[in-house]
Amino acid sequence: MAELGSFVLLLALILSGYSFLVGLIALIRKQPGSERLSETARRAGIASFGAVFIGAVILVTAAFRNDFSISYILHHSNRDLPLPYKFATLWSGQEGSLLFWSLLLSGYGLVLRLRHKTDVRLFAHASVVIAAVQVFFLLLLNFAAKPFAVIQTAVPPDGNGLNPLLQYPEMVIHPPMLYLGYVGFTVPFAFALGALAMKYPGEKWIHITRRWTMVTWGFLTCGVFLGAHWAYSVLGWGGYWGWDPVENASLMPWLVGTAFLHSVMMQEKRGMLKTWNMWLVFGTFWLAILGTFLTRSGIISSVHAFAQSSIGDWFFWFLIVSLGTFTFFFIKNRSHLRSEHKLESLISRESSFLFNNLLFVLACFTVLWGTWFPKISELAQGKKVTVGAAFYNKVTIPVALLLLLLTAVGPLLAWRKTSFESLKRNFLWSSLGALAVGIVLIGLGVKPWNDISYLYALMAAMLAALVAFTVISEFIRGGRVISGHTGENLAASMIRLWHRNTRRYGGYIVHFGVALVFIGILGTPFNREAEKEMAFGDKMALGPYTLLCRSYTQEENANYSSDLAIIQIFKGDKQIDTLYPESRFYTASQQQQHVPAIRSTLKEDIYVVYEGQNQDTGRPIIKAHLNPMVSWIWIGLIVMVFGTILSLVPNAVPMRATVRDGAEARLPAHADPVGAGD
Amino acid sequence: MLFSFFREKRLHLVPALLLGVLLLMGAGDDSARIDRIGHQLMCVCGCNQVLLECNHVGCSYSTRMRDELTAAVTRGDSDNIVVQWFIQTYGTTVLTVPTDHGFNRVAWIMPYLALVLGIGAVVVIAGTWRNRPSWPPSGGSASGPDGRPSGGSSDSELDRFRDQARRETQL
Repeated sequence: MAELGSFVLLLALILSGYSFLVGLIALIRKQPGSERLSETARRAGIASFGAVFIGAVILVTAAFRNDFSISYILHHSNRDLPLPYKFATLWSGQEGSLLFWSLLLSGYGLVLRLRHKTDVRLFAHASVVIAAVQVFFLLLLNFAAKPFAVIQTAVPPDGNGLNPLLQYPEMVIHPPMLYLGYVGFTVPFAFALGALAMKYPGEKWIHITRRWTMVTWGFLTCGVFLGAHWAYSVLGWGGYWGWDPVENASLMPWLVGTAFLHSVMMQEKRGMLKTWNMWLVFGTFWLAILGTFLTRSGIISSVHAFAQSSIGDWFFWFLIVSLGTFTFFFIKNRSHLRSEHKLESLISRESSFLFNNLLFVLACFTVLWGTWFPKISELAQGKKVTVGAAFYNKVTIPVALLLLLLTAVGPLLAWRKTSFESLKRNFLWSSLGALAVGIVLIGLGVKPWNDISYLYALMAAMLAALVAFTVISEFIRGGRVISGHTGENLAASMIRLWHRNTRRYGGYIVHFGVALVFIGILGTPFNREAEKEMAFGDKMALGPYTLLCRSYTQEENANYSSDLAIIQIFKGDKQIDTLYPESRFYTASQQQQHVPAIRSTLKEDIYVVYEGQNQDTGRPIIKAHLNPMVSWIWIGLIVMVFGTILSLVPNAVPMRATVRDGAEARLPAHADPVGAGD
Repeated sequence: MLFSFFREKRLHLVPALLLGVLLLMGAGDDSARIDRIGHQLMCVCGCNQVLLECNHVGCSYSTRMRDELTAAVTRGDSDNIVVQWFIQTYGTTVLTVPTDHGFNRVAWIMPYLALVLGIGAVVVIAGTWRNRPSWPPSGGSASGPDGRPSGGSSDSELDRFRDQARRETQL
């Protein structure tokens, strides 16, 4: 089985190498017969997917069959590992995750190559770029990080097991989402580089890649947030974002990708920011690779990072080569990227996009800077320093608040120029609503003058409210205009409104989701925690709640044994829930892990951790957190994903409306209110 | 009740009561100080977690470090002395953030410098774009001498403008 796996990966390398080299030659030569050569390269690229897919299937099958002669399976699985986690073995370790990356990349390449008739020449260029990236990953898999390497000693009866932290249902879905996002940005990059290399006329490549970009962004968003949810549900420290280098590595491409998603509209609508967009799409791809370099090289210490290995060098050189290649084509063909339009007013959609991009890129730079500063410090002054959450919170929160402000304001500014009257009409009621929210919160006891974190929370609440109110008012205003012409009710009119311009109104829903996420985050300064050694019948106060230790018990299965605390939650005299925080001991890996128990409501989470026993007294330690509003983060994610899906639906063709006198008429253009465009 | 307390000449108990209150206040202060300083320190086991938030099972560092912190605070060492002791014992990586001295100051300055430079760049770019002459449509025949479309545009040029208008408004 291992031999077959190694063979198909070698075959995939040969096919990808052929697809790259022959595809490149066909593009350069431009002689009769080049099309046929290019077609063979395309087919080789398609075939490479088949080979990598078979390789992945073999690895998963080996996990299911407990084939511990394969070193990777030995180190990441065991006989009693539940079946879903055996499947997740594919991305649980370094070699497997690289194979998974390669599988996704070849999958994206397959779709791209099958759709080549959209624009044969542009797709041929993009196919060559994808093949080049694919060659890199297959070189790694064949020579540096072999997933099918066999052990040289006698085959042990059982494997070492999967890392306990990864034995959580979300780990079956979080890494694929994240990887789909990481890898997916290779596609817009491939189109961008292809368009640059061939001096592709017009903005059609942007239209072609729009969906790729949005789908990829959706996956990356899911991946980042699911990672946060996993950290919250598994790591047991009561938080969801620790600014760990690996978390940062996933955030950086997301930030730049989000900037691209916005600025690309400037290019579509106004022919502006062509150079900037090229660099943004390259930056997103490059940062995804850089993140992988960070986690694989051991250059930055992280609790998530894979062990230091030689593949860091491979990634380093790949980063250099990709930067060099892109820079070469940029310098060679930069005249092709000249902008067409001028900026007519500083109060316009164009300006808001400029500042939006500035803030996203600045946020990315800050995260990158903080992630790398320990290394920079080591080089500059010979000693490492730690850059922890306090640094990022202090520096990024003001930027995030400004971004939230732009999220509210930007979409309602018109292209070219926005009048004061328009601003007043669009923002008056929303601003008053946000102000009212602020006053209510101060009345409820949020005193911004007491602590800067309270000030940030208040500002976040007001700005989130502003975003939510502007989005809602946009839907209502547009719905009313359509309702006035069609006689439909408001809800049906709003659906029709969305269907006329799905990207714009889907985008509004994404913004609404962002506002919800901020509402979830702003609860952080009000977190409370308590810790106590609790014997039977002991009580611990946590805000308005009382935790009563009812009992301790034990469970055991083939995979792990578990100590559970039975904690009853009281509010006043009324019992509202019972939680079962666990401390597990995994048999195969001989590792212990705390599994928190969480009671989530829209208002707050009660988060209880069984921290084991005091070594001196032998008494069990229970730690509890009261985290307000956290659920809104996950609800916000669902709304963001929903908005992204709505954005992907094709627009309805301009409709014919039946006006109230019964005559049929085309819905007038001004029925689409304010912002004029998305 | 208070008067009866003084009438019964139990004034000798007042200093003891005051001492008790002060000790209790001190205890409260100590736990607040431990919380404050403990959130300025990292656990050095490699978990990348703040000392008071490290929840690694069997972590060989955090328990000891917390005991050391508690002992130092209970001894009455000032915050600065406690932090310096941890730096000397565990190295500079024990601090959660870079200090505000020497080269480490660069860590704090750089993001704000980037913000200022970025805003400056955006303002300069916006100014440049505002003063930029309109980019003539390809072919140029549709433009008059002032760069605006001339009155006698052909159908294809008008189509191009319509297409541009459609793109910019997406209606």
